[in-house]
Amino acid sequence: MTIHQSPEAFGYEAFLAAHQRKEVLRFIACGSVDDGKSTLIGRLLHDTKQIFDDQISALQRDSRKHGTQGAEMDLALLVDGLQAEREQGITIDVAYRFFSTEKRSFIVADTPGHEQYTRNMATGASTADLAVILVDARQGLTRQTRRHALLVSMLGIRRVALAINKMDLVGWSQTRFEEILSGFDAFTRNLGFADVRAIPLSAKNGDNVVLPGTAATWYTGGTLLAYLETVAVHEEALAAPFRMAVQWVNRPDSEFRGYSGRIASGRVRPGDSVTVAPNGRTSTVARIYTADGDLDEAGEDQSVTLVLADQVDASRGNVIAASDRPMQVSDRLDVRLFWASESPLAPGAALLAKIGTVTTNATVTAIRTRIDPETGRPGPAEQLAANDIADVTLTLDRAVAFDPYAENRETGGLILIDRETTDTAALGLVQAVQAGGTGGQAPAPRATGKGGFLARLKGLFGG
Amino acid sequence: MSAAPVAKAAPSRDLSRDRLTHLQRLEAESIHIFRETVAETENPVMLYSIGKDSSVLLHLALKAFAPGRLPFPLLHVDTTWKFREMIAFRDARAKELGLDLLVHTNPDGLARGIGPISHGSEVHTDVMKTQALRQALDKHTFDAAFGGARRDEEASRAKERMVSLRTAQHRWDPKRQRAEPWHLYNMRKKRGESLRVFPLSNWTELDIWLYIEQENIPIVPLYFAKERPVVERDGQLLMVDDERLPLNPGETPQMRRVRFRTLGCYPLTGAVESPAATLPEIIGETLAARTSERQGRVIDKDGAGAMERKKQEGYF
Repeated sequence: MTIHQSPEAFGYEAFLAAHQRKEVLRFIACGSVDDGKSTLIGRLLHDTKQIFDDQISALQRDSRKHGTQGAEMDLALLVDGLQAEREQGITIDVAYRFFSTEKRSFIVADTPGHEQYTRNMATGASTADLAVILVDARQGLTRQTRRHALLVSMLGIRRVALAINKMDLVGWSQTRFEEILSGFDAFTRNLGFADVRAIPLSAKNGDNVVLPGTAATWYTGGTLLAYLETVAVHEEALAAPFRMAVQWVNRPDSEFRGYSGRIASGRVRPGDSVTVAPNGRTSTVARIYTADGDLDEAGEDQSVTLVLADQVDASRGNVIAASDRPMQVSDRLDVRLFWASESPLAPGAALLAKIGTVTTNATVTAIRTRIDPETGRPGPAEQLAANDIADVTLTLDRAVAFDPYAENRETGGLILIDRETTDTAALGLVQAVQAGGTGGQAPAPRATGKGGFLARLKGLFGG
Repeated sequence: MSAAPVAKAAPSRDLSRDRLTHLQRLEAESIHIFRETVAETENPVMLYSIGKDSSVLLHLALKAFAPGRLPFPLLHVDTTWKFREMIAFRDARAKELGLDLLVHTNPDGLARGIGPISHGSEVHTDVMKTQALRQALDKHTFDAAFGGARRDEEASRAKERMVSLRTAQHRWDPKRQRAEPWHLYNMRKKRGESLRVFPLSNWTELDIWLYIEQENIPIVPLYFAKERPVVERDGQLLMVDDERLPLNPGETPQMRRVRFRTLGCYPLTGAVESPAATLPEIIGETLAARTSERQGRVIDKDGAGAMERKKQEGYF
């Protein structure tokens, strides 16, 4: 298998066209401290020829100084970027890595595995299409593995590659591999994963990462890279209804008034009937303007400027949505929070909430339950500490448009901002509209859709 | 207010047709961040370094606000050691596009005669780039500055957010980085603090070249191979751009067919020998490249963790 086919082989034109047409897969790599995650990412970069000669020389130099592989190159040092990390031998923050093959480009969110960094994992998972969960074949499934699987499932990731690493250290034992896989399947049965692919590999030696390994004769399932190159991506966002938050009203002169934004989901065509949420005014799409000319259709992830047929007075903070699939609108939201701030959260706390392009005052009127990060079970909570996961009720100073996170990650995700420090204090997943009441003890959460992902989670959590 | 049914793909629709290419997705993401920043900050500016990344950045900015005009000025921090062709290109582009271009040089550094040859790369970069940038941002009270840095360039860049908070002293604190889930950027800041915004964070060197080719974006001619006068020093090919480069005894400039993969201050940026005189040739070379693009940059090697330290001090 060649990774980069040489341009000379089939001509520049075809080569350029192939690279310009490639699609992208974003994935998150999660693992515990010694699972070999940095080594695996280093291996992916190295074996897909992303590492240059001068970086290899720097790596050889650094390996002697900081490496853990004796005289050998320590591929983990390719990705452990910050000086402080090298000294402590850990990964501090989310880092993004890039590599590409003939088939796809890849963006890897490399997130640390320590327990106190839940928010980093949530950040990395929020925009990922897939999770690679690392397991050390000697250790098997750990508390961390369960946390990682639960977290990526909560964040809406449906496809998982279970990378069972260090297989060379257990003699490429098929029994061990199957034991770990069945344990993982049992734990994740109710997590809503559409696809779990287990791959036995050795990141250190490179077996089954980019190049096939020969040691495990019983394994015929292909390499990790082969899976990443072929797994389905973006299916959910493509199938979701049209949503676009207005970022900017473009009015260069009295002739032109366009609403600029990035399409969060779905597709749009001139002539489509749209509703501006939350005010509910309707209109028709007249033009899809871009700097490269008008489009006859646009879809998920494209940045465009919509011209509407009527003067509907939309502005930043509004969402333009398909009229036949309206958004929900409320000033009271049930939200699953990933609390990131070092200061604790108590009921009554006043923060700012940013959802789409709207930022509002938000009060946490109730902390309903804290979620056990390992089992997903709810338990009582009076206040939240850093990296706690909890279900809370948020009251906003105005009604906002949203979709439940389980249906649409882009229109159902929010951040909470500390008004004093201006830091991002929490990530939130909108679950459903709060069903009336005056705060305090909330009624049992409602399922948001028949057979929905959230409903299944709630079932799992005994809600 | 009933919940919408769970989205399901219509079985007959071919979803692959609807997918964007990697480059389209990168373009859309960059445009989004330009618009967010302009909507949420008071006084943004785009740092324009004249290089290929700046050319792409400018192209994306123009697209983001079309058919309207660019709603912010460009700032070039001029160390006075840029290649002459770079300055000519800058002025031509500014004129052609009707850009609001600000040029700042550290007057104090100029008065002290700070230069890369007399004072070394570290002092020169600190005074003429880092300090100069801080002066210019303070002088104009810019609260957000767009830059063309990419995460694939250097290890500490890989950890930086698209929107990066800087203290009133322009320092970067890697431990106080904000989460950026679901394209939600927190642009709140306290008085005096500012943001550095990197719309090209997720682009790689190859993406930049593929996009330049696809969009036909003008770039400085120094990127294309041509016979140029160079001297070889410490394994680097230095172009003799003017009389300010002192020649060592026995050194004579030679004409060699070279080009630049990256453009900085001229004695600090090495050329590479190359026959690549067209974009497809450059792209072919980039793919086959065996050395990374920052190899030509002297400042990255000013000691382990050099870039991380410079960033903490306020270097872009």
